[in-house]
Amino acid sequence: MPYKTLIGLEIHVELATKTKMFCSCANEFGKDANTLCCPVCLGLPGALPVVNKSALEYAIRAGLAFNCNIATHSMMDRKNYFYPDLVKGFQITQSDIPLCSGGYIEVDSKNGPKKVGLIRIHIEEDTGKSIHTDRGDSLLDYNRSGVPLIEIVTRPDMNTKEEAQDFLEKLKSTLQYIEVSDCKMEEGSLRCDINLNVIDEERGLKTNITEIKNLNSFSAVGKAIEYEEKRHIALLEEGKNTTRETRRWNEVENKTVVMRTKEVAADYRYNTEPDIAPIVIEESWIEEIRRNLPELPHHKKARFIREYGIPEYDAGVLTQSKDLSFFFEETVKFAKDPKQVSNWIMGDVLYRLNEEGIDIKDLRFSPKDLADLLELINEGKISNNIGKKVLKDMFETGKKPEDIVKGKGLVQISDEGELKGIVNKVLDENQKSVMDYKNGKDKALGFIIGQVMKATKGKANPQLVNKLVLEALKEK
Amino acid sequence: MDIISLTAIELKEKLKNREISAREIATAYLDRIKDKEPEINAFITVTEEEALKAADRVDEKIRNGEDLGLLAGIPIAVKDNISTKGIRTTCGSKMLENYIPPFEATVVEKIKEEDGIIVGKTNMDEFALGSSTETSYFGTTKNPHDTERVPGGSSGGSAAAVAAKEAPLSLGTDTGGSIRQPAAFCGVVGIKPTYGLISRYGVVPMANSLDQVGPFGRNVKDAALLLQAIAGHDERDSTSMDINIPDYINSLTGDVKGMKAAIPKEYLELEIDSNIKDSLLNAVNVLKDIGVEIEEVSLPNIKYALPDYYIISTSELSTNMSRYDGIRYGHRAESFVDIDDLIIKSRSEAFGREVKRRIMLGTYSLSKGHADEYYKKALKVRTLIKNDFDKAFTKYHIILGPTTPKLPFKIGEITDPVTMYKSDLFTVAVNLAGICALSMPCGSANGLPVGIQIMGDRFKEINILKAAYALEMSLGGEM
Repeated sequence: MPYKTLIGLEIHVELATKTKMFCSCANEFGKDANTLCCPVCLGLPGALPVVNKSALEYAIRAGLAFNCNIATHSMMDRKNYFYPDLVKGFQITQSDIPLCSGGYIEVDSKNGPKKVGLIRIHIEEDTGKSIHTDRGDSLLDYNRSGVPLIEIVTRPDMNTKEEAQDFLEKLKSTLQYIEVSDCKMEEGSLRCDINLNVIDEERGLKTNITEIKNLNSFSAVGKAIEYEEKRHIALLEEGKNTTRETRRWNEVENKTVVMRTKEVAADYRYNTEPDIAPIVIEESWIEEIRRNLPELPHHKKARFIREYGIPEYDAGVLTQSKDLSFFFEETVKFAKDPKQVSNWIMGDVLYRLNEEGIDIKDLRFSPKDLADLLELINEGKISNNIGKKVLKDMFETGKKPEDIVKGKGLVQISDEGELKGIVNKVLDENQKSVMDYKNGKDKALGFIIGQVMKATKGKANPQLVNKLVLEALKEK
Repeated sequence: MDIISLTAIELKEKLKNREISAREIATAYLDRIKDKEPEINAFITVTEEEALKAADRVDEKIRNGEDLGLLAGIPIAVKDNISTKGIRTTCGSKMLENYIPPFEATVVEKIKEEDGIIVGKTNMDEFALGSSTETSYFGTTKNPHDTERVPGGSSGGSAAAVAAKEAPLSLGTDTGGSIRQPAAFCGVVGIKPTYGLISRYGVVPMANSLDQVGPFGRNVKDAALLLQAIAGHDERDSTSMDINIPDYINSLTGDVKGMKAAIPKEYLELEIDSNIKDSLLNAVNVLKDIGVEIEEVSLPNIKYALPDYYIISTSELSTNMSRYDGIRYGHRAESFVDIDDLIIKSRSEAFGREVKRRIMLGTYSLSKGHADEYYKKALKVRTLIKNDFDKAFTKYHIILGPTTPKLPFKIGEITDPVTMYKSDLFTVAVNLAGICALSMPCGSANGLPVGIQIMGDRFKEINILKAAYALEMSLGGEM
């Protein structure tokens, strides 16, 4: 295929600091409108911004996690434009000198691992929120005004939607690991814009870059890229080009629509924010932040493979979230077989979490409980299948696995004498199946075993049943 | 007792000795305000009720034998661009005609902590843009020495209030001369402190990197007293410096032997009223007589100060003014079709001509394609000017010069904005360099006061105050 798609992302992430960027108002989501405001974040005349040191620390943490250079000398700038949710008529941001520059995030591509370069990460303040009512009124909520943000700008190093989505997954999990942001797209604490164009390498043509906004999930990002890619290619094939413009993703109609053209480049008249003294960051502070960085997802993944001998795929899934990786490691402490733990977590545990839409932190049972359950299976006290039922019960009630097993009488029947009696009874009652088996119909064996399990309400030790049935059939 | 003729320091003493009560002082000044205001128009708002209450609290403190603050019982007028909680703060503009701040500026907090009595908010050029108070939405303030003339600006109300004895002390703000020029025009002492000495929290910005609050008084010691009370670090203003504040008042002995002063030769080459030049040279001779060594110095980049100042100040101003959009507070147009229309109409209706002119100048200087040529270049020139002063202050304690090129002009006399901007010829360099300076009376011509400007290095207010006090004594005390 002669076409090559170039994708760059601009991501805004709200920092999970206790207070806002320039004042001591609480940085919280979902409070009553205009209850988290003061003269500073309302931009009242004469109120002055003072930089929140933890916002700087969080941003540096992110910069270090993504291999950026940290500027020891930077400043804040004013970006001027009028909008009712922008209280001062300018946003305090960084223009000429961002706090972090360079760096990369490694993503999986068809041809193996690939580095997606970052141009910069800078700090800035969020705006308030305009709420447009059905009656046509506009309401303003300034609780978000002055919430600290980082803006991450990538190079156009991604070529497929899968790479872009993997980039976002990696970005999100890292930011969550280092506790810089909760990255909840649905609450707006992670927002992403796409810049995309297509190159026709054979003919040496390229389309104009379009910017796509209003993406509220990673899957929307994928769909929007796919849509735009097709649109750009179709135009190229007609010998046309795209317009330099900003488009909006329409979730309902699954397409992008024009928001505004960029024919006249916006002039934000950046100037130094004179109310904030230059930001000077000591090397020693950067080093301290670096030392205190927690283990990052890709390092943890490598360690899981090395330390627990689990496959790369498993390690990838288990390290996607910090809480999940923690749950795995805690369980392994009490269990014998890390791969078995991994199978159970990736299988039934994640399935149930997704099914019920709950977070691993909110599980009703502990890693030790899961390890105990696996031990019951390994000791042969319950079968694998009964184990799954017990787990479901643990999800619902939070009861200990032994208590569930005892309470429901689920202990596996491994007594040969008892099972032999049942096997013989089943064979007597199913003469036809016995004949079928003898005549070479292997399927009959499964049926007979199934009947034995049914007769024991699933409690029979499956391996033993298998053995006893085969022995009994030989004798027939 | 003629209360209003006493100095602030004398009022304090008499209050302490129970020769007079705070209520008596406040009442005398409020009566004086009522008497003079129809003629002078120094105030936009007089806070009679609050002032009397505050005075009563001071009297109660005295009765209870409690310690008194530095400004106990002294009436103080505050420029109307300094936020006062619960009292409207208009900035001399229709835009903020009904704006009542829900918070207090740090300097106002400090005055209250020091038991000072705020008697009202003074008139000013709209958003501090002007040199005459003529751009005020609330009418022009008259010069108490000649009511056909302007008091200077932008802190014209504060200077006139002190000159007309409507308050012994007042606060102004100085971005390019807005304290010193009206001090010279009104024949009072006005101090522009070092950038970072005084908190700007709650002071409505004109140009944030140049603005500084400062005191007016009828004499050097009075002004120094108010400076003492408001100086100091404030964690709410990250540009305020955390340094030790010396005891200004007790440093004023009149002894200036061995002090080294310089006169920039570039200042003497500029066009200047001959009366002002004569008074200046006379003051220089007086200082020589009392032991100050005086030499000429060259500040080669000072000739760029005026254009440099107007580019930087209007650039910062243009962005500062964007918050007045009629959405949350301030004037809002009555009818509009959409958000853009609301913002445009509200601003068009409520801003005066000079505000609009400077917003446009600043917007131009910051625009794509012009920023390198104007704003960014101006920042570089600013560094050169600063370096000139830094170099001079390695050799000299103070630098002397005129405050204004001309005597107070008549109301309505200057209509061309550039001519008006030239009023700031000798004062703007101080703000660009971030150093301190004061203006004090040094004579008179045709019945109008003449001011001399004394400049000092960053955070060396002590030097300019010492020199000013010695000069004042030699010239025969308060004028």
